[in-house]
Amino acid sequence: MSAQFLYGGAGILLFALGLWSLLVHEALLRKLIAINIAGGGVFHVFIAIAYRGDTAPPDPVPHALVLTGIVVAVSATALVLALHRRLEQAEEPAADAEVLSESASASSAAPPPRTPAERTPGTPHPETPHG
Amino acid sequence: MKRDLALLLGILLALLAALLLWALHATLALEPGPRLAELASARLEQTGVSNPVTAVLLNYRAYDTLLELAVLLAALLGIWSLGPAPAGYQRSGPALAALVDWIVPLAILAGGYMLWVGGHAPGGAFQAGALLGAAGVILRLSGEPSAGLPGEPAQRWLVVLGAGVFALVGGGLLASGFGFLTYPPGQAKWLILLIESAATVAIGVTLTAAYVGGRPGSGTAHNGTGQSRTVQR
Repeated sequence: MSAQFLYGGAGILLFALGLWSLLVHEALLRKLIAINIAGGGVFHVFIAIAYRGDTAPPDPVPHALVLTGIVVAVSATALVLALHRRLEQAEEPAADAEVLSESASASSAAPPPRTPAERTPGTPHPETPHG
Repeated sequence: MKRDLALLLGILLALLAALLLWALHATLALEPGPRLAELASARLEQTGVSNPVTAVLLNYRAYDTLLELAVLLAALLGIWSLGPAPAGYQRSGPALAALVDWIVPLAILAGGYMLWVGGHAPGGAFQAGALLGAAGVILRLSGEPSAGLPGEPAQRWLVVLGAGVFALVGGGLLASGFGFLTYPPGQAKWLILLIESAATVAIGVTLTAAYVGGRPGSGTAHNGTGQSRTVQR
């Protein structure tokens, strides 16, 4: 009972922390991580509720629901990350144009644009999904 | 102003958390009422599997899992519709390449084990598919632009395999008079194994393709990204 409450209570706290972070922070990636943490908290509560004492096996129905929930969360996260990358790509040309006009007025050469070839295995893009 | 708002939200959410904690505590203190668990374990013998979680996922609530595969497929179609995949990573050095040569086959082997063990112990199609997806992510990170996935037509077939086989089995059962995804006694195990095998491959391919992050066969993969970059450096 107390272990069950500890586990479920930790899930509730994770949910509240994730919800707070989702509402307070503006950056999309932080919001996404916050949603995932809040979702993880909900999964915790489900797993805690499935416990039926030391003698009986845990209730399989909440376990199956959590498994379904994880898959849906991973799918949604992957889609949001792809959307986020497209948003960044749409914003990049505007930012590059600003840099170009500034450097032109300062009569110095613009830095070469970053290419994907500069990415190395040690530094994956932060927005790549880890599903 | 912004900080005040964050503080106010923090206080409100702390109150919400306290309310939820109280509700959880009160619920746990109650006598447990009737639960689905008794029903689930009473009919477990007839489900064709002995792992109750697999019985719930693939037998009692099989349509749930079918829709779950559809969600996975829909997310991948959304990612593909956003444009071509970004270029891959630089080819890994010999040490990492040797490690990848070991880890990827082991992950696939462990995936097969996970699929089989799901019938009687924790495991199943989603765990096995996650391992296959991890193998694909490792391949992509080590500089394989396609992440080990086949060409575009084969990829399109593979990602619909899970939901497709699931729906075909359900429709076939419906046509032969058993009801949608109501397995005939005695054949439940093999039908579940068939569905789970197809789902494992589909989930692995879908997760890997989602990590690659773009429509296959639309240019970037054929620009020889990995090799040309190795030459550049």
